[in-house]
Amino acid sequence: MSPAVKIQDLQKRYGSLVAVKNVSLTIESGEIFGLLGPNGAGKTTTIRCLCTLTKPDAGVLEVNGTSVLERPRLARQYLGYIAQEVALDKVLTGRELLQLQAALYHMPAKVAKARIAQMLSLLEIEAYADQKTGTYSGGLRKRLDLAAGLLHQPDVLVLDEPTAGLDIESRSAVWQFLRQLRAAGTTVLITSHYLEEIDALADRVAIIDRGEVIATGTPSDLKNKVGGDRITLRIHEFTPIDEAESARAMLEPLGFVQEVIVNTAQGNSLNLVVDSQSDALLSVQQALKQANIPIFGISQARPSLDDVYLAATGRNLIDAELAALDSRDLKAERKQQMKGIS
Amino acid sequence: MSSTITPAKNRQDSETASAVDSFSSPELLQWKATAIAAEQALPGLFSGEFVQETLALTQRLFIQLQRRPSTLIAGIIQPLMWLILFGALFQNIPEGLFGESQNYGQFLGAGIIVFTAFAGALNAGLPVMFDREFGFLNRLLVAPLASRFSIVVASALFIAAMSFVQTASIVGVSAFLGAGLPSVSGLALMALIVFTLVLGVTALSLGLAFALPGHIELIAVIFVTNLPLLFSSTALVPISFMPRWLQVVASLNPLSYAIEPIRYLYLHERWSLDSPVLQAPWGSVSLGASLAVLVGFSAIALVLIQPLLRRRIA
Repeated sequence: MSPAVKIQDLQKRYGSLVAVKNVSLTIESGEIFGLLGPNGAGKTTTIRCLCTLTKPDAGVLEVNGTSVLERPRLARQYLGYIAQEVALDKVLTGRELLQLQAALYHMPAKVAKARIAQMLSLLEIEAYADQKTGTYSGGLRKRLDLAAGLLHQPDVLVLDEPTAGLDIESRSAVWQFLRQLRAAGTTVLITSHYLEEIDALADRVAIIDRGEVIATGTPSDLKNKVGGDRITLRIHEFTPIDEAESARAMLEPLGFVQEVIVNTAQGNSLNLVVDSQSDALLSVQQALKQANIPIFGISQARPSLDDVYLAATGRNLIDAELAALDSRDLKAERKQQMKGIS
Repeated sequence: MSSTITPAKNRQDSETASAVDSFSSPELLQWKATAIAAEQALPGLFSGEFVQETLALTQRLFIQLQRRPSTLIAGIIQPLMWLILFGALFQNIPEGLFGESQNYGQFLGAGIIVFTAFAGALNAGLPVMFDREFGFLNRLLVAPLASRFSIVVASALFIAAMSFVQTASIVGVSAFLGAGLPSVSGLALMALIVFTLVLGVTALSLGLAFALPGHIELIAVIFVTNLPLLFSSTALVPISFMPRWLQVVASLNPLSYAIEPIRYLYLHERWSLDSPVLQAPWGSVSLGASLAVLVGFSAIALVLIQPLLRRRIA
């Protein structure tokens, strides 16, 4: 059986800007696949190419074994696409929008009616279905957008930053919904620059940076590969820097400690990378006690996807975002994209 | 936040097989199978799929109009103002200067009808451009449309309907001002002429909406096209009034090929395809030839924009 989605050696540039340098992915049927990376990494361009909105310069794109470039209309039948920004016609009611959507997918009236009722109820929009979408709240708009994208029961649902700009409640509602969707057999591809989102949702993840895939695997595999555990130690709530430095000097030589960093951004707390062993926390505590160093707070955690990103690129996601913001001309990019798509 | 979320690795989906039922239905699955089979048969321009998507897109435009009727109201008032004010401007011009027309008001009617339909069609690209800028067009482009010409045809049907309402009001007010009425067959031919022109111009406008970078550029193009085409046509004065070079321009202007037949229909109850309607510098143009030029213009416009509609992947 062919994979739900196959992307091979995808390349796309807008003028001199290389949006996608080389992306290859295989997404199996029934999984939630996350595309993680900072803004400007090429996530959106990748899925725009997949959803037939942008013509790639090179590469193979397949959905259910169907070539997107050769049979775009069949591919569109298999795919559902939820853009980052919800685009609704504010003059139409929610129900009218779904009716339009049903006609665009050529559903017969009877099938469409039942399906629209089903989606309205599933996403809890019924009460607002006959109000104009211009009156909808952000969360409601997103739910209607989901209903529209799912109306034709796509095999693969593609969501670009599905929870960007949503409040926390709406966000977890979307997450919950996507999990239900997976349970019902739909393959889900999401892009995100939120680590928590990918960590909470994705069965497998590809980390993408500057138009290239730099790591692929399950979130826990990726974290295990980075190795070690993270211990965060606070000697006081706000530790004087000399006290923090002396603690660092004391902890660094310990056998199981790989690295100690004084985090000046968080009241000079100490960030330790230690070998994954069950008694690491205890050993640190004992060492501190012997040296008469007090403990205000201490915690242990497995590496995060941010650590994976850091290990692969030498910078963490937040720094990458900031760097991207500096070097990006969003307006020009949008313009390029509008030209490019067309 | 992560504390409230079960990590992916040890997540157990609480959802059971019943989830599948609430996400789908046997009818839907059956439809999907037939839809995919139909898609494999590649529905074309004359398929039921094309009709369905075209009607749905047209319906959207009519719902918008119904809930925001100001464009229609302004669209009816504006040509009437033209008719009354412009007509009054040249009211005292001696009889006989405007060819067979008895008065300037009668002469002007045909020009205003065509110019109004033309201006409406020229603006047809704007809503599509805004759909594009707001991302709504993506909804249409990711859907398996039988053909993107459904977007063009839907806009053309909508603009044509608007133009018919505008034309009817212009014809009515002209009659009240003493211009008389064309025959029934004349009115029918008039409708055909207006529709053909609207189809061609709408196609060009939508082509621009797909090709230009944004609405500012589209408005600029509309701005520099609109009035020059009016003034270089036979809408306001007969071709015999014009200097030689403008006669040539006016005879190349597609608007003249819509205006002159309608003007002829106003003056002659009986008409045939051989009736001479336009005196171009290179000779007389018949009603039939005028219609052929209009149909040719629209056909070329539709063919020309095809690659623009396909520029994303077709």
